Amino acid sequence: MVDGMRVSEDVRRVVVVSAGLGRPSSSRLLADRLVSAVSGAAGARGLSVEVEVVELRDVAHDVMDAMLTGFAGPRLEPVVAAVEGADALVAVTPVFTASSSGLFKSFFDVLDSKALVGVPVLMGATAGSARHSLVLEHAVRPMFAYLRAVVVPTGVFAASEDWGAAGSVGGDLASRVERAGEELAAVLAQRGPRVREVDPFAGLVSFEDQLGAR
Amino acid sequence: MQFGIFTVGDVTPDPTTGRTPTEHERIKATVQIALKAEEVGLDVFATGEHHNPPFVPSSPTTTLAYIGARTSRILLSTATTLITTNDPVKIAEDYATLQHLTDGRTDLMMGRGNTGPVYPWFGKDIRQGVALAVENYALLHRLWREEVVDWEGRFRTPLQGFTATPRPLDGVPPFVWHGSIRTPEIAEQAAYYGDGYFHNNIFWPLSHTRQMVALYRQRFEHHGHGPADQAIVGLGGQVFMRKSSQDARREFRPYFDNAPVYGHGPSMEDFTAQTPLTVGSPQEVIDRYAAMRDHVGDYQRQLFLMDHAGLPLKTVLEQLDILGEEVVPVLRKEMAVGRPAHVPDAPTHASLVAQAASAAAEGSSDAAVGAAGAGGGR
Repeated sequence: MVDGMRVSEDVRRVVVVSAGLGRPSSSRLLADRLVSAVSGAAGARGLSVEVEVVELRDVAHDVMDAMLTGFAGPRLEPVVAAVEGADALVAVTPVFTASSSGLFKSFFDVLDSKALVGVPVLMGATAGSARHSLVLEHAVRPMFAYLRAVVVPTGVFAASEDWGAAGSVGGDLASRVERAGEELAAVLAQRGPRVREVDPFAGLVSFEDQLGAR
Repeated sequence: MQFGIFTVGDVTPDPTTGRTPTEHERIKATVQIALKAEEVGLDVFATGEHHNPPFVPSSPTTTLAYIGARTSRILLSTATTLITTNDPVKIAEDYATLQHLTDGRTDLMMGRGNTGPVYPWFGKDIRQGVALAVENYALLHRLWREEVVDWEGRFRTPLQGFTATPRPLDGVPPFVWHGSIRTPEIAEQAAYYGDGYFHNNIFWPLSHTRQMVALYRQRFEHHGHGPADQAIVGLGGQVFMRKSSQDARREFRPYFDNAPVYGHGPSMEDFTAQTPLTVGSPQEVIDRYAAMRDHVGDYQRQLFLMDHAGLPLKTVLEQLDILGEEVVPVLRKEMAVGRPAHVPDAPTHASLVAQAASAAAEGSSDAAVGAAGAGGGR
């Protein structure tokens, strides 16, 4: 019983959100490397990681529908639920027009603004050249800061050249990935699994208190 | 069970002709739609309140009073009255006047309004929306129930020795509904007062509606107004009908595709599957809406949005014929099946007057007992 409880406490759910559009996409490639670094580093801390991967391309129309209607339809709803229940996110976007992709931003736009409060996030971005490498810092980190997520210090940016550079195995990209994975695992290890609110109205303020509010 | 219609009052181009009605035409059409609603046997006509184009109903009591003068039976209501940006004193006066003019055929639904600029235009702050709704309604509630009100709050000038005139008809305030789609504080407010709760679910999945109504019912009971299944619940709805489903879908599709709010978004097939919008035969509408109570419990008021998205007046009137003649009579029967006797109807002026009279009788017999007791002690 105690063992059983400990085992369940040692599992963390990591949801990967990849906004890559190609099949395969380099954003997904980076996301897979990031989450495997997270799993490895978490394993070293005695945590096992359950991974769920969300390719936003699969729900792209639904994200836009939610933008227009105000609610998540049946294909998007389970994705939103997975993200809202995650212990941590790995979020990777391609760089489009000097920022994160519109689809990536739109997905976070249709989430409840409180959905990611306190949730550890490891962010990644991919682009054609290293000239875009600060997109994570000027566009993605501020977005997660607004959502009050806990973004780990290392954001991993991968330009096309990183994938083929002679030093890429065990070189720059690999070491950045590893460092980022370590950082997210360290945060995961510090906290227990996310407490999910079962009652959507748990925070209801009674009317007497509303009337009395001054 | 009451059935009726509610209008947003949007002036929208007809996407099939490109023609936009004038404001004058839209206002006159609204009146015709209301008259038609009474003619086909519906119970309620409700108008929205907006203070920006492309909407015409900025002055609901003017329109409702005019409709009231030309009808004899239909109940006149709002969907919604802006409790945030209107002065509660003016609401008390306007709707009490309407109540007198219509011999009690008046109730109203409070809402906060969701158009950002309207708040500053009326000197208010949208971030205070819920707080405004709470304070303003608390004042309105007193103005209709207390002859002389001394009052001080955060959002308006204090009142000393103020009497709202006219006093409500027969001393009984109009029944109030509170409309909210996703704000639990408003469901709580409705429950606190024992007022009605209206969930305008027309753009929302039923799972969400079910949660909000369940919260209201549970809090209604908590606040001591009776068991949860006696709470007063209303739902929105939206339908378009023709004899055959194919004809209905073909005719409505351009209106759907270009509609304000959901147009250019999800497909009509997705949206009709996900929300109460039903486009099809009268029987499909009957089946869909007869099942609503499976989700929210037996309820008291069902309002349909019929004149939205640029539908021409002629079509709207045809739709009302179908609604009144083929759909609502069947729904009335189906909703009555298995409905427990203790589930109340929506309050009307007559029922509220009767309730006040019986409460007074009880009070005076209590008083008589009290007096006798006191006398006996002397």
